[in-house]
Amino acid sequence: MSLLRIEDLSVTYRTSEGDVPAVRGVSLEVEAGTSLGVAGESGSGKSTLAGTVLRLTPKTAAVTGRVLLDDEDVLSMSFGRLRAVRWSSASIVFQGALHSLNPLQRVGRQIGEPIRLHDPTLTRRGVDRRVGGLLSDVGLSARLAQSYPHQLSGGQKQRVMIAMALGCGPQLIVADEPTTALDVMVQAQVLDLLTALVRDLGVGLVVISHDLSVLATTCDRVAVMYAGRVVEQGRAEDVLHRARHPYTRALSAAFPTIGDPAARFAPRGLPGDPPWPGDLPSGCPFHPRCAEAEDRCRTEDVRLRSAPDVPGQQAACVHVGAPGREVAP
Amino acid sequence: MKGEVPSLEAVSLTTTFRTRGGSVARAVDGVDLEVGQGEVVALVGESGCGKTTLARTLLGLERPAAGQVLHEGSALRYDARSLKAYRREVQLVLQDPTGSLNPRHTVYQAVAEGLRVHGLGGDEQARVAEALSRVGLRPAERYFLRYPDELSGGQRQRVVIAGALVLEPKVLVADEPVSSLDASVRGEILELLLRLRGELGLSVLVVTHDLGLAWNIADRIAVMYLGRVVESGPTEQVLADPQHPYTQALLSVVPETRHVEPTVLAGEPPDPTRVPSGCRFHPRCPALASGEAEAAGVADDCRSTTLPVLPAEPVHAAACFLSKARQGTLS
Amino acid sequence: MTPDAGPAGVPAAAVRSPRALRRARQRASVRRFWATYRRQRAGMAGLALLGLFLVAALAAPLLFSADELEVTKATGEVLAPPSKGYPLGTDEAGRSVLALVVWGTRVSLLVGVAATVISMTIGTLVGIGSGHFGGWAGGILERLTDWFLVIPFLPLAIVLATVLGSSLLNIIVVIGVTSWPGTARLVRAQTLAVESRPYLERARVLGGGHWHQMTRHVLPNVMPLVLANTTLTVAIAILSETTLSFLGLGDPFRVSWGSMLDNAFAAGAISAGAWWYLLPPGLCVVAVVLAFTLVGRALENVLDPGRR
Repeated sequence: MSLLRIEDLSVTYRTSEGDVPAVRGVSLEVEAGTSLGVAGESGSGKSTLAGTVLRLTPKTAAVTGRVLLDDEDVLSMSFGRLRAVRWSSASIVFQGALHSLNPLQRVGRQIGEPIRLHDPTLTRRGVDRRVGGLLSDVGLSARLAQSYPHQLSGGQKQRVMIAMALGCGPQLIVADEPTTALDVMVQAQVLDLLTALVRDLGVGLVVISHDLSVLATTCDRVAVMYAGRVVEQGRAEDVLHRARHPYTRALSAAFPTIGDPAARFAPRGLPGDPPWPGDLPSGCPFHPRCAEAEDRCRTEDVRLRSAPDVPGQQAACVHVGAPGREVAP
Repeated sequence: MKGEVPSLEAVSLTTTFRTRGGSVARAVDGVDLEVGQGEVVALVGESGCGKTTLARTLLGLERPAAGQVLHEGSALRYDARSLKAYRREVQLVLQDPTGSLNPRHTVYQAVAEGLRVHGLGGDEQARVAEALSRVGLRPAERYFLRYPDELSGGQRQRVVIAGALVLEPKVLVADEPVSSLDASVRGEILELLLRLRGELGLSVLVVTHDLGLAWNIADRIAVMYLGRVVESGPTEQVLADPQHPYTQALLSVVPETRHVEPTVLAGEPPDPTRVPSGCRFHPRCPALASGEAEAAGVADDCRSTTLPVLPAEPVHAAACFLSKARQGTLS
Repeated sequence: MTPDAGPAGVPAAAVRSPRALRRARQRASVRRFWATYRRQRAGMAGLALLGLFLVAALAAPLLFSADELEVTKATGEVLAPPSKGYPLGTDEAGRSVLALVVWGTRVSLLVGVAATVISMTIGTLVGIGSGHFGGWAGGILERLTDWFLVIPFLPLAIVLATVLGSSLLNIIVVIGVTSWPGTARLVRAQTLAVESRPYLERARVLGGGHWHQMTRHVLPNVMPLVLANTTLTVAIAILSETTLSFLGLGDPFRVSWGSMLDNAFAAGAISAGAWWYLLPPGLCVVAVVLAFTLVGRALENVLDPGRR
């Protein structure tokens, strides 16, 4: 039984300029004690996807599909049940920790807030003890609870966000771009922490990032999103080194392996830009930028197909597998 | 490259700031750096190491407390006229292309701004068109009247580069030129910088925290820590065989490096108002902590003796007692 | 974001200079501005109201001859209620209140707008100067602003009016000189915000000096705020003029709403129950202020930086 199971999820924003499909039919699964990485750039829909786990989409958005958290559909829960589920079953570490903390409140108080909300019977001392425990879980001194956010460094703030996410003992944590804007060393510390949490607490982890190599080192499985769809998924190793989809290959080439002579003075990028979700190309959304595009790519949209030789790896490309072997969403 | 006057040089450069508490932050604490003609040098380090301050000082945006900035051998002077003339030679590309462009100015105005500031006559339209074509925005006329919010991040960055190029500078300083761009777009901008080096003989100083970027485009690399250059040399040598423990640790944790066991340093770099004594890296140095330095007999030096400024020679060198001792025993 | 789309409406064969094309673009953006503004009902109502007053001010000589303002030539009864010949009744000298109100519109609007121009000019210059320049120059301008801001308006206005004499020009100067600090502070805050943006740094790196930075980058970004603030300042200026005239510091030879109220009080209109003398000028002040406020709010909405 999966901890998180997203079935054919679609999220469309209604704007003054028309409907914008941010997520178009995504299906994913995460087991307890494992981690899934979701890779994508701007416009890929990854942050929207993260929000749906706790039903954090705006009211004006049209959401279809199911998001099953421990076999309960988050999207159709009653609001009361949703409030209970939020943070205690699943929590989110938001993007941009530097701006997600209230600058006017002490850090300890902010970490304690969801704890107090979910368990009003806890005494002040009980909450403080829990907060101290959480801080040391993330590698910070318990004394930091008395600090204000501006007194902390970027890395410390990110750890505080993780401590906050752990507050109510969730089974699933979604980390949205947890290492962007952090230095390499601090990034390594934070990633180590996340990996340790998965290992020691048995939580399920979903990491969202635009950096494919970060995901490959931290996660068991990786799904690559483009234009609101998953265009490739599989084991982290396979997706990073034996990518089947041209976009995935381009994405991993953007972060060259240091020491690889082929990458010296040969930066590789894709022409054009990631598509704006309100203005998607016809057929396969990647075809305008694809070096291997054929004529049919312009007219035929393609869903995920199993790679014939690698179990568990799928890519949404006409060059993968045979037609008719499409995976049902 | 030997015997040529370097395009841009920092000589014993020190830049300090006064913090609100009154203490002095030594953001750049004695740096010798050279960018040769037509060379791409990457200045690498984490935040707070002083690389951005060093870049800004080289551009004349900050005045150094000590040392000099040399452009083609002559020292930079800080009166208004000299600075203005200097700006035609050395230009800057900032990190955030969205913020770097005035949202009320069209692309044409943004690129022509430099020409107008310096009163460079001639055919303004032709020069703007040429700069835009050179950065890959073709046909240039189509972009004249666009506003920045109609362009993508990659296109905006190209406009910023075009705005710098239109003055026909000899040196381009790029501060994190691709860190706020999408991954799939990075390659194009980096490729553009390399092409400009090839076509125009531009010297480029890239300031970045991304070692992979340095591997991609830099001839030489200088690693900074807490205001000093701790290691420098040709990129292949420094990244394939780092001598300084800090560089070794940095390389080991970069996700793109696979061949080393990660050395995750604890804590974060101390702030520039409290530079440690001796070697400024010694409180976090894994070699000191593990006893390697002790074994080599340099541990006392690490803790108390100040290292000399690493000279700006093209050879691979590291400001580290341990590596010096090792090289001493080898030779 | 499609790279192939060219400027809309320009035939490919036409080769105009970037300047001509830019003017065309500016015209298009003005049209867009108007289209957005039109959608604001409150703003349109304010604009209509303003238009009414403007027409009244401009057409005053056509509607009522200047003679009607002469006390010596008044033909009506004293403090008579509204009747057929005098739709708003008469004042204590027998003049038509309607004529007075319509003519008074000119003074109020003139003083309001002129004083605002002075206030805006000084405020914008000082605001940009104190925001842009650091060091002692900026510091002095800032202190100057704070100092003027703290001085209580009414006592200063009274002193100045008494010293300078009570003419229309002096009133305009008094109001202009005492109301610029509010604008200056607003402009300074906006200037500081703009100064921290990377494109200002880029302008410096390109070699742009202070003048270039302030006129090409700061001013265009500050102007929308200034314009929206201007309409609100006019409202305050008109109120100030009314107050000063009411206190007898206005031009004794010109009719304004404030002076009407002053005369009404002096003539005992309240105890006489002459509401037709008190209400019209008071309501006019309220209406004009309301109109300017509505327009100012609508402008702020349209020029909201979130749209750009």
